[in-house]
Amino acid sequence: MIEKKIEKSFGAKELIARRVAQELQSGQLVNLGIGLPTLVSDYIPRNVQVRLESENGLIGMGARAAAGFENLDLTDAGSNPVTILPGAASFDSSMSFGLIRGGHVDVTVLGGLQVDSMGRLANWMIPGVKVPGMGGAMDLLSGAKRVIVAMQHQSGGVSKIVQKCNLPLTSIRRVDLIVTDLAVFQPTDRGLVLREFAPGVTIDIIRKATEASFELDPEAHEMRLESKGSQ
Amino acid sequence: MLATFLLTRLRMKSICHAEDVANLITDGSSLLVGGFLGVGCPDRLVDILVQRAPKNLTLITNDTARPGLGVGKLIDAKLVRKLFASHIGTNPETQRQMLAGELAVELVPQGTLVERIRAGGFGLGGVLTKTGLGTLVAETKRKIEIDGEEWLLDTPIKADFALIHAHHADFMGNLTYHLTADNFNSVMAMAGQTVIAEVDEFVATGEIPPDAIRTPGVLVDYILERRR
Repeated sequence: MIEKKIEKSFGAKELIARRVAQELQSGQLVNLGIGLPTLVSDYIPRNVQVRLESENGLIGMGARAAAGFENLDLTDAGSNPVTILPGAASFDSSMSFGLIRGGHVDVTVLGGLQVDSMGRLANWMIPGVKVPGMGGAMDLLSGAKRVIVAMQHQSGGVSKIVQKCNLPLTSIRRVDLIVTDLAVFQPTDRGLVLREFAPGVTIDIIRKATEASFELDPEAHEMRLESKGSQ
Repeated sequence: MLATFLLTRLRMKSICHAEDVANLITDGSSLLVGGFLGVGCPDRLVDILVQRAPKNLTLITNDTARPGLGVGKLIDAKLVRKLFASHIGTNPETQRQMLAGELAVELVPQGTLVERIRAGGFGLGGVLTKTGLGTLVAETKRKIEIDGEEWLLDTPIKADFALIHAHHADFMGNLTYHLTADNFNSVMAMAGQTVIAEVDEFVATGEIPPDAIRTPGVLVDYILERRR
């Protein structure tokens, strides 16, 4: 029954979000970026209690507000109306980024345009084409204790995991983990190491879909998508 | 006796009319405008500005929301010549004007932007941060080494006007903020030469507990109530 439900909900984004959610641990203060990373909150195992931080000035964010229950002064960083949990705190942007830059945020999950073999992320502009801006991403990379990049492996058939970013970098910091719909890579000082592959995906498929060179962890295994004891 | 003393010594704030604001802000003014994707934006002040249409404004704001929303309306009306913001991805019109060379945009990391404004308002000479080191945003900035560690120097930001949105105001101009509608507002209240606050509601002076006041009234020059 459960198996069937999971299978049905597995789009690429849901798979990524579900895998990233397995990285979170109780007690952590977690920031989720706009877009795909926001989905992670739907898959946090029930036995894991984290506090969600939103860079517009909130700790203790709950689920999206149901229709008719929106408070226009209570939103996430994508301006979606949200709810708050008991014990939530709201504050101004200076405090918010003090928390981020000052090393008080345990984990941030960010989307990406490119990540390279050195584990460097580019996610704020495509020169001359699209310039969304960095928002809070540069500060998050500067201060969060752990950075997880959650993104689709390819865009329009082109690898987003590249040997060297040709888009402007968001930071020179090496990110801690890259989760895509095909694989989990850990950037190290030797380069990328393939730790996990998505269900049904072979190493060959990953090699063909990846521009960057990577090392194969001899203990590489299928992605862990469910934690023990969760439902 | 004491009451008489207080009333003569404490200056009540002027509650302004829309026209007052329209006359204050002229061509070429620089504006700090609060809000985060339209949340906590002083919408009535923005509407007044669009009507009055002062040109060549310098706008400092976190993001330009969306076309037709919040501070995005100033972009729609082409009133802005120079923009400082951290994120313009939600407003295609901002990007279009930038790529067409009609609007000069300086993208500033969000945490750096708020600290630059804070430095401006708090009388500090700059901000030292690691945010942006080694990236495009560092290219034009001074790097400073302290005890072997490299930092970027970001300069303070002030403006002619701060247009902010607050929740409650009393008649001394003391302000409170509501949930995530605070964002840049309380910081910007420090850094405007003239501070104009648009509030959800006036309350009697003394009604806000002193320790709940986030912006002391001495900083606020004009207040208007948001139309409901």
